[in-house]
Amino acid sequence: MKDAIGNVQRVVVLGGTSDIALATLMRLAGIRRGVQVTLAARPGERRAAATASLQAAGMQVSEVDFEATDRTSYEHAIVSCFEAEGDVDVVMVAFGVLGDQERAWQDVDAALELVQVNYAAAVACGVLVAEKLRVQGHGAIIAMSSAAGERPRRSNFVYGSTKAGMDAFYTGLGYALAKDGVQVLVVRPGFVRTKMTTGLDAAPLSQTPEQVAEIIAAGLAAGRHTVWAPPTMRWVMSVLRHLPRSVFKRLPV
Amino acid sequence: MDSRRPLAGWGRTSPSVATVHSAGDDAELVRLVTDAGRRGVLARGLGRSYGDAAQNGGGVVVDMTTRHRVLSVDTETALVEVEAGVSLDELMRLLLPRGLFVPVTPGTRQVTVGGAIAADIHGKNHHVDGSFGSHVVALDLLCADGTIRALTPASELFWATVGGMGLTGLVLRATLRMKKVESAYCLVDTERCSDLDDLLRRMAEGDDRYTYSVAWIDCLARGSSLGRSVLTRGWAATRDQLPQKLRDRGLEFRPKQLAVAPPIFPSGLLNRASVGAFNEVWYRKAPRERRGEIQSIAAFFHPLDGVAQWNRVYGPRGFLQYQFVVPFGAEDTLRRCIQMLSDTGLASFLAVLKRFGQPSGGHLSFPAPGWTLALDIPLGAPVLGDLLDRLDEEVMTAGGREYLAKDSRLPASAIARMYPRLDQWRDIRQKTDPNGVFTSDLSRRLGL
Repeated sequence: MKDAIGNVQRVVVLGGTSDIALATLMRLAGIRRGVQVTLAARPGERRAAATASLQAAGMQVSEVDFEATDRTSYEHAIVSCFEAEGDVDVVMVAFGVLGDQERAWQDVDAALELVQVNYAAAVACGVLVAEKLRVQGHGAIIAMSSAAGERPRRSNFVYGSTKAGMDAFYTGLGYALAKDGVQVLVVRPGFVRTKMTTGLDAAPLSQTPEQVAEIIAAGLAAGRHTVWAPPTMRWVMSVLRHLPRSVFKRLPV
Repeated sequence: MDSRRPLAGWGRTSPSVATVHSAGDDAELVRLVTDAGRRGVLARGLGRSYGDAAQNGGGVVVDMTTRHRVLSVDTETALVEVEAGVSLDELMRLLLPRGLFVPVTPGTRQVTVGGAIAADIHGKNHHVDGSFGSHVVALDLLCADGTIRALTPASELFWATVGGMGLTGLVLRATLRMKKVESAYCLVDTERCSDLDDLLRRMAEGDDRYTYSVAWIDCLARGSSLGRSVLTRGWAATRDQLPQKLRDRGLEFRPKQLAVAPPIFPSGLLNRASVGAFNEVWYRKAPRERRGEIQSIAAFFHPLDGVAQWNRVYGPRGFLQYQFVVPFGAEDTLRRCIQMLSDTGLASFLAVLKRFGQPSGGHLSFPAPGWTLALDIPLGAPVLGDLLDRLDEEVMTAGGREYLAKDSRLPASAIARMYPRLDQWRDIRQKTDPNGVFTSDLSRRLGL
């Protein structure tokens, strides 16, 4: 049970090795020792390293295999995340792939992989998690969307289209779950310096995972439904969104 | 009638959604308990617990306030039998005119008898009269197997229920031993204490002469004023002590609600500046010393009841109450705790200190001999969580504990250290409710 201060007791992360997810865990679950954390992620070195660093911060970590391209895998993972004793306070939907934009709009397989991971699996997991949290009558979902979903840009519109879809789903899920005491927080970061963006030139207003985590934690505590990282990104994207096409297409975005 | 809706404690933090069921007759409650789903059942009274004690997310919460009849009254023996949903307010309005006062009253009349038993509540007279459970002669408990057991203080399930936070069953009815009084007034002495030492000395020396005693502390006072406070103590007034004009209607009790706080207050209104100003005025306006003042029961015991929904003043972020007891001899711990609060400047305009007497016998009952400090603190300050975690450590190291009816944030690891009889209580609960039908957000959070 989340307490009055906002301390959590159990957190589940789907896509448990993402940099933003780990920074968020440190922020949410690193205050008191003994918080239970379940990392649902692909087995391997990255998950093991994530587990080790969270354990070093005093968390009790369990691992569950999770593959976003495999329905049996993620269905099973979510069931087992909720099997353990004790309610789940927060579920973070943090998996996603950036893909290769130029391949993704010209190659069906590349396009479908983005759609499958970022949209289809995200929606399916949302459906499954929502059912579990409704039964508890409390809890929160953190859905990692992206500012890229706000207006399609030439440089990443396939990724952006998947995030636009998952963003719409989780925003709507927030309406649907409000009467069940479940908060859905949709997070729209701009450019974040993580392993997902390694090798890319940092865009303006770029953030560290820790900065995003801070914004997520504050939004969660305040009962918000959408947060932008950084908060000014909201206004930047709002302007971009309303630019006429003739102007927008000339921008180097 | 059922409805699924969010429930919160008085502090309005961490709500959860439950199916709320208005309590019907015994047979209906038996059905409800025996048909309980995986998320269990919990009784709720008037929702004055500050944290999550009367919440059961995803489960059934039985609103017991529909069962509020007084079943029998014996003014000779002062024994009354009531349904558990009756409030202390209703009892006072009905029974004070007949010369009977509740044996123990907290700072509000808006609690039910069932809740008073579940939290084993205390009042300003704990140092002489003990807690509420000590005045319960018998109770009917609806257990997990659907049986209704008549319990007396001779049974261990009785003491697991007193202070048991509603986790042993539904209290249906109780027989209470009331206090005989000649008037609905108190005779009150007020003293201003310049610092903590002054206060502790006066309380230790003088409390035993009084039935009722409580001190309000200015937790924002610093330096040599640390712990400056106003001590009010008194007795139930006899008829002869009343002024002439009150004597013929000395037992009348019709307290009025002065106002209802509207739901418009922003968070952060009660901050260091506003509370600091309030504390200064409150301290200065108290008389240096005044003896024998006649105060009505409502004014002396329940000043905040004059404003309904006063918890809204804290705004949507809500607030919490932190109440602990440390044994006599741990005055240094008490001083350090007040010092830590004063240092961080966390605003608490309601900070009260009391001395506890003998415990009632409830396994999870809070009161134990020592000093108890209770503070209302608005949420929002980032340092709050860490400060309270450090206070917990001080309290536990001194052999003290915190009050579950107020708690909204303790970690599960603290409970066994604070409540040494927890294992015994768990054994009894395991026997009577092996499947954990009776459960709450509090019990899930603390792993009770």
